[in-house]
Amino acid sequence: MLDISPAEWTAILLSLRVAVVATLMATPFGIALAWLLARKDFWGKSVLDAVVHLPLVLPPVVTGYLLLLTFGRRGLVGGFLADHLGIVFAFRWTGAALACGLMSFPLLVRPMRLSIEAIDRRLEQAAETLGAAPFEVFFTVTLPLALPGVLAGMVLGFAKAIGEFGATITFVSNIPGETQTISSAIYSLIQTPDGDAAAGRLVIVSVVLALGALIAAEWFARRATARLHGN
Amino acid sequence: MLRVDVEKQLGEFSLSASFSSEGRVTGLFGASGAGKTSLINMIAGILRPDRGTIVIDGETVDDTAAGIHVPTWRRRIGYVFQDARLFPHLNVAQNLDYGRRMNRLASDPAQRTRVIELLDIGALLDRRPGKLSGGERQRVALGRALLSKPRLLLLDEPLGALDEARKLEILPYLVRLRDEANIPMVYVSHDVAELRQLATQIVMLRQGRVTSFGGVKVLT
Repeated sequence: MLDISPAEWTAILLSLRVAVVATLMATPFGIALAWLLARKDFWGKSVLDAVVHLPLVLPPVVTGYLLLLTFGRRGLVGGFLADHLGIVFAFRWTGAALACGLMSFPLLVRPMRLSIEAIDRRLEQAAETLGAAPFEVFFTVTLPLALPGVLAGMVLGFAKAIGEFGATITFVSNIPGETQTISSAIYSLIQTPDGDAAAGRLVIVSVVLALGALIAAEWFARRATARLHGN
Repeated sequence: MLRVDVEKQLGEFSLSASFSSEGRVTGLFGASGAGKTSLINMIAGILRPDRGTIVIDGETVDDTAAGIHVPTWRRRIGYVFQDARLFPHLNVAQNLDYGRRMNRLASDPAQRTRVIELLDIGALLDRRPGKLSGGERQRVALGRALLSKPRLLLLDEPLGALDEARKLEILPYLVRLRDEANIPMVYVSHDVAELRQLATQIVMLRQGRVTSFGGVKVLT
């Protein structure tokens, strides 16, 4: 049906790899942050909340440039990681995953936070009276009840990560086979004469992936409601 | 068995209660707003007293002067709430075994069978709480609390959310529990008839103060 060329496959598979890694790395942080924002009151909470949402409102090129300054070879963090742990982000697919993880973080956290907020805290109290320590309450009651929201957040984050463009191309450029994702491949193709057909195919792939993710997120949200009503 | 001597300020409401009970079922009686739930929540460790001591089974679980406050999950109590609070993501059997797992108790199939038979919930084990009636839910909640092997069972108006017919359905189970389970209970209610049937000792509360203490006779 779609006659996808090897070069296009490379971009698609790279996008998938980048988005999967970005989502999996962001999820534990997302759950921790969602729990913190849903359950705890602390000094600077609104500032933290704003910082988490910053990638949503900042121009992506700004986020990408800030990443380059921090995680680039000469950046404070990037230099340290490269010298001591051998981890390099700049102009590598790992950098693309970092950029995508950061850009998708607000979308990933939000459903997780909402589902934790929706949990009846009296159930957690009941668990405590049955001898569950706080971390056991979290893993046996809070997290299972929030699971549909956690999955919905992961799906949304993944969908955002797979389409991320601005921060990624600023931070890690547009190197075929290393950092050229679907988005940057489309960007290159529409600037190339005769690139329209190839760009069109990648556009269709993008639409299908994004639609699939949204439908999946919706399905998880509906499961969440059923679960909380004990059916 | 249970010694309580606490003070607590909750907004405008002040609670100051002192009693000690050796009875099998201590009934906490009073109108709504008398402080019954606050008191039982302090025994459970959910609320922390401003001043005073609570001793369960010889263990001091609260002593504000000595800075002692044992958290709820280490008190080895069972708590049956008015609204059951079964875990909706677990079926009945998993709800029943939750306390045993959390307290890392060895499985005790004999006790499990006894409790399931006592409460008549054997047919419900595979069901989710969402598919249970109010009375069934409350029986499962009772079983769940019992199977965590508590040294004190707290019941906060366990029949409060049920209609008359359901109440009459559950009461006999509570009587059997009192006579067979051998666990001291604190039973909160504003229903005289209920306490007459169940309690062996009464603590009467009024506006945050203990007004009388004694046998079931004080209810008249």
